[in-house]
Amino acid sequence: MGALIEIRQLSKIYVRGKQKIEVLHDINLDISGGDFFALMGPSGSGKTTLLNLVGGLDVPSSGTVSVAGQRIDRLAAGKLARWRAAHVGFVFQFYNLMPMLSAQRNVELPLLLTRLSAVERHKRTAVALELVGLADRVKHKPGELSGGQQQRVAIARAIVSDPTVLVCDEPTGDLDRASAEEVLNLLQRLNREHGKTIVMVTHDPRAAEHATHLLHLDKGSLVESVSSAA
Amino acid sequence: MKYLHLVWAGLWRRKARTVFTLLSILTAFLLFGMLNAVRVAFDAGDQLAGAGRLIVSSKLSIIQPLPLSLLTRIEALPGVKKVAYANWFGGYYQERRNFFPNFAVSPNYLDIYSDLFKLSATQRKSFDATRDGAVVGAEIAKRFGWKIGQRIPLIGGIFPRRDGSKEWDFQLVGIFTAADPKLKGVEQDLLFHWKYFNEGNAYMHGMVGWYVVKVLDPQHSDRIAAAIDRLSVNSDHETKTETEQAFQRAFIAQIGNIGLIVGGIMAAVFFTLLLLTGNTMAQSVRERIPEYAVMKTLGFSDKRILALILAESIGLVLIGGVAGMGVASVLIPTVNSALGGTLLLPPVDLGSWAVGLVLMLAVGLVIGILPALRSMRLNIVDALAGR
Repeated sequence: MGALIEIRQLSKIYVRGKQKIEVLHDINLDISGGDFFALMGPSGSGKTTLLNLVGGLDVPSSGTVSVAGQRIDRLAAGKLARWRAAHVGFVFQFYNLMPMLSAQRNVELPLLLTRLSAVERHKRTAVALELVGLADRVKHKPGELSGGQQQRVAIARAIVSDPTVLVCDEPTGDLDRASAEEVLNLLQRLNREHGKTIVMVTHDPRAAEHATHLLHLDKGSLVESVSSAA
Repeated sequence: MKYLHLVWAGLWRRKARTVFTLLSILTAFLLFGMLNAVRVAFDAGDQLAGAGRLIVSSKLSIIQPLPLSLLTRIEALPGVKKVAYANWFGGYYQERRNFFPNFAVSPNYLDIYSDLFKLSATQRKSFDATRDGAVVGAEIAKRFGWKIGQRIPLIGGIFPRRDGSKEWDFQLVGIFTAADPKLKGVEQDLLFHWKYFNEGNAYMHGMVGWYVVKVLDPQHSDRIAAAIDRLSVNSDHETKTETEQAFQRAFIAQIGNIGLIVGGIMAAVFFTLLLLTGNTMAQSVRERIPEYAVMKTLGFSDKRILALILAESIGLVLIGGVAGMGVASVLIPTVNSALGGTLLLPPVDLGSWAVGLVLMLAVGLVIGILPALRSMRLNIVDALAGR
């Protein structure tokens, strides 16, 4: 069976003024459905850029990115937005929740882009919040929740539309150890019990231990790939 | 509709800022509602037919006086029931800022305007019998603390006395109220005898400012008006006979081109509103760039982001604008009452609401379009990285 995510000869060059910076160089990578990949590497190694390309937030300078057989590097902005809405769930380091909206409304956001009725949206939102253990916090706004709770709301938002891939950029980078462990266990549960494919960038080796595969990037190139027994 | 809560949440992200912005929009549209009513009042054409009272003034200018000799000729015309006359005096009490409307009037002036002024029979009798007597509205009496029997000195701003002094002395013999509570503004007036004015002033003798003609049958007012104007054709005092409303407007229009003044004020108000709310909207959207970046990350298209921001800016202006025009609707009857019938402002009608709503949409669109375009075009990766 082919990989869920296929990356071939991927390069990304940023132009800053007259300077060209090659952030990623000739990356080749296959990620199968149900994998939990951790991307590690020093700052500036290109981890987040690779994550952005996998999540369809950016387009490569050369090479291809295919997800579930679809070349996303060729999609125009509008189609790419629709593709992201349908196939990718994002979790950020600083949660990036809407401060004026309740947890329930935050989680509902991706569903607004679907044709689901209000009742159906409400049901799915409740299920997602239940799954992350925040069924009793639906009416709370982000400012009324702890960092760990906010990140769990962000995870609920990421999974509510049942995406193909979860893309997580330093999901525990802003959390204390206990909250980080809760979030990582949650991600691991989503991977193991619900079969979610996860690609996670992290600096934290302990976070990476929760993944099934570990990738090291350095100066824009893949230097090591390890399969763990996590 | 499913995005309404997003627009609403965006509007109230900073409550104090939104409240102040709404207040400025409310004020702008309150002014629009009021000034538009003034403009409509001045643009209105009046039908002579149906008017129970007609005003005869000089065709050249309403400050040009007419000879008293016209009185008997007008009275003699068929269909004329009663004729009164008056002259603008333009006096003030002690200081120029204590200005209020004051008129020298014919003996039957109060009879012809019995629907405006309510004066007790005793005080009326006293007024008729007192050569230098004056009657004042209850409001103005209260303002200056005047009591019946008191002597009131007025400074003649336009008309000095024959001896060169500007001080005119009146005996207060009556205090009238508005016969119609909706026209409380008449209680600002002071009336005194034209005869006293005619004898005492240094400039004009045997001349009146205008005639008030009460007709027997209002349906014949247009024919009577034409007959009155024919009396002075080719003379040095040709007349123009019109409705009271038209005359009042012409009186006020002496201060300048009302349409131009009103238009100028409205343009300045809306230009300021655009700058203020445009800046506020831009600031508000700028603060939320990371949020829009997250929404785009989640799959919100560029057009949807554009629509959300425009909905917010238009919604903001609609809330403030509708409130402003609503307040104008409530205020106009009060203003009409305060003006005492000098100028009758029309209510904020459907046409004004339609123009107002179009203006609200236009202002909302203009203030929202630049920040909306900016957010629509933002690069997700740069915005998330805070660049």
